[in-house]
Amino acid sequence: MPTPDEIKQRIETAIPGARAEVEDFGGGSGDHFRATVTAQAFAGRSRIEQHRLVYDVFGEDIGGPIHALSLKTEVG
Amino acid sequence: MASIDPITAPSEGAENPIRTAIAEAIAENPVILFMKGDPEAPACGFSRQTVAVLQALDARFAAVDVLPDPRIRQELSALSNWPTIPQLFVDGELVGGCDIVTEMYESGELARLLGAEDAAPAAPAADGAGDMSDSGHLQIENRLG
Repeated sequence: MPTPDEIKQRIETAIPGARAEVEDFGGGSGDHFRATVTAQAFAGRSRIEQHRLVYDVFGEDIGGPIHALSLKTEVG
Repeated sequence: MASIDPITAPSEGAENPIRTAIAEAIAENPVILFMKGDPEAPACGFSRQTVAVLQALDARFAAVDVLPDPRIRQELSALSNWPTIPQLFVDGELVGGCDIVTEMYESGELARLLGAEDAAPAAPAADGAGDMSDSGHLQIENRLG
């Protein structure tokens, strides 16, 4: 099961300049996460596209080992 | 719009009735929610919250339960390039999942988006959430058989 810190590092590694805050909100079940991601890469993109950028980091893991990744994205 | 683009589905086109049914449901319903469970009994907290937001705005929407057949979800995500459920479409466009819908509700954007929809002259498909749920659901199931 991934940890919030692994999720954070995967996002920050894959999206240059991104800063992510990730918390587990599934009561420690390890498969529900909430992430706030701030990145300059989001500039000029719609919210859908911003979220896709983050989802793309995890590919097939979303819906698999990561049951849910709740997102909030900000340009910064 | 309801047909499958041969470029994105080179060999599956007519051979993929589920994707065709999904595309048609999206094209035919001005507001359509793909969810787990149905609006009366959502089977997931994210679907439940999204339904609650739409109901808070008194929105009329079609609903499709993705749970009866895993291929519905697979084909939907392939079509929309969006990995999670629920997925809300307005006027054929993916609006987002629970996070985006909730964020847009809180900012008033969703009310404006759906309000504009209500003001559109011809929206004969929208005829009450309950009825639409059934018809949206049946459309997919009918074509599965």
